[in-house]
Amino acid sequence: MTTKTIVQSPRVIWTTRIIGLLALVGTGLTVWLGLWVTPPDQTQGDLVRLVYIHPGVAWVALYLAFGLAAGCSLLYLWPRTRSLFWDRLAAASVEVGVVFNVCTLISGSIWGKPTWGVWWAWDARLTSTAVLLVLFLGYLALRRVPAEPEVRARRSAFAALFAVVDVPIVHFSVVWWKTLHQGATVLNANLSPTIHGSMAWTLLLGFVALTLAFVWMLLVRYRIGALEDYLGSGELDMALLERQSEGVVPPAPDLKAEALAPVDDAGAAPGPRAPAEVTR
Amino acid sequence: MWRDTLLMAGKDLRIEARSRVALSQVAPFGIVALVLFAFALGPDRAPMVKGAPGLFWVAMLFSSVLAIQRSVSVESTDGARDGLRLSGLDPAGQFLGKTLSVAAQLLVLELVLGVGVVLLYGASIQTFWLIAVSCLLGTIGLAAAGTLYGALSAGLRIKETLLPFLLLPVVAPVLLAGTRMWQAALSGGTPANGTPWFHLLIAFDAVYLALGVVVYGPIQETA
Repeated sequence: MTTKTIVQSPRVIWTTRIIGLLALVGTGLTVWLGLWVTPPDQTQGDLVRLVYIHPGVAWVALYLAFGLAAGCSLLYLWPRTRSLFWDRLAAASVEVGVVFNVCTLISGSIWGKPTWGVWWAWDARLTSTAVLLVLFLGYLALRRVPAEPEVRARRSAFAALFAVVDVPIVHFSVVWWKTLHQGATVLNANLSPTIHGSMAWTLLLGFVALTLAFVWMLLVRYRIGALEDYLGSGELDMALLERQSEGVVPPAPDLKAEALAPVDDAGAAPGPRAPAEVTR
Repeated sequence: MWRDTLLMAGKDLRIEARSRVALSQVAPFGIVALVLFAFALGPDRAPMVKGAPGLFWVAMLFSSVLAIQRSVSVESTDGARDGLRLSGLDPAGQFLGKTLSVAAQLLVLELVLGVGVVLLYGASIQTFWLIAVSCLLGTIGLAAAGTLYGALSAGLRIKETLLPFLLLPVVAPVLLAGTRMWQAALSGGTPANGTPWFHLLIAFDAVYLALGVVVYGPIQETA
């Protein structure tokens, strides 16, 4: 079973640990650079420091996590690549993505209150981010419905597919609805005038650190998901095994068995029956 | 496929004609929603007229959830879903048929609610064809997406609570586009006011109809 080997492989476990460590160091460096080393912005003052976190978190949530989940769901639905691996990866990706999506909205709100004067503005990006969050919360709710792993995987993959095709439509509808969000800072043509040298490096480091944090969380969540499934399938086997061995009396005289015998089948002679039970 | 579509739509509409669930429960629910919105916005006419397009579509969205749930539940007992799968009807035809039947019921509902908005809120319609187009396209989108999600949640025991949660965010673009087209229609807008929303609704309908035709068969295996 490949899942078991993936979960138990020391190489995978160590890779996960190293990525986690790198993510921790990267995030720590970003915090240090962002809060102490970089200068405050001329117009925005200390508020600009949120920029080292907010776009990175949004990138992880909106593109990396949900994109990966969509890809994995498609791979699951495609008969040739159907494997519970893709289902678990999609589930892990959505779950981590939802956390990052909430962080995007919270950090955006913290920035929006002093800048726009409101916690929430009904502009295109905020609205589509919020709709995306609700769509994928629905996906997670559907996953929580108890079902066989294959049925659940299929159902979830379809739900992810239906939600993902909606994303561009939602996006265009709210763009036409209203737009007041500021333009892209990094992806526009004149990178150097809009952002200072040390600020640009910190921003970049933030992206890398948050991506590493995402990968680490994804790997850990995948592992938990795989172990859960393993436990779910193992529990039945274990219960069956226990049930089958219930009547078995160990061949060697055992204090516990002797103590139990009169209670279990009072009146019946435990001695002669024991060998027959063992052979079964 | 088209013959199966008509068979399926005919079956669902015949059930509706005999049970009258949509007419006697879903339509009154829509009217109740309109009245409650009026209570929420106060007795002044101005906010009601201003909000009329949005309120109409919100009432439609909520009612469509009920219509979808009804459309799913007619096949939930007596092994009807397994029977349909055994019947050899084309899954794409089944999907289109169910969509058609839901859309037909929703169109009737829109007529009722439209009259309600005009009578209760005092909204006056200036550009009638914008209303007609938005209702037609919006209804097809609601019915197609709803039928897909209905099929997805058909086997679930908790579909009553899960379906609205899954469906309503997905059909948000229909609400946006429909509301904007109605606003244009009520304020005597020109056709140009509705053009981007017209395209948006067409795209929404095309995406969910195509998706349904392709995946309705495989979805049935999950239930």
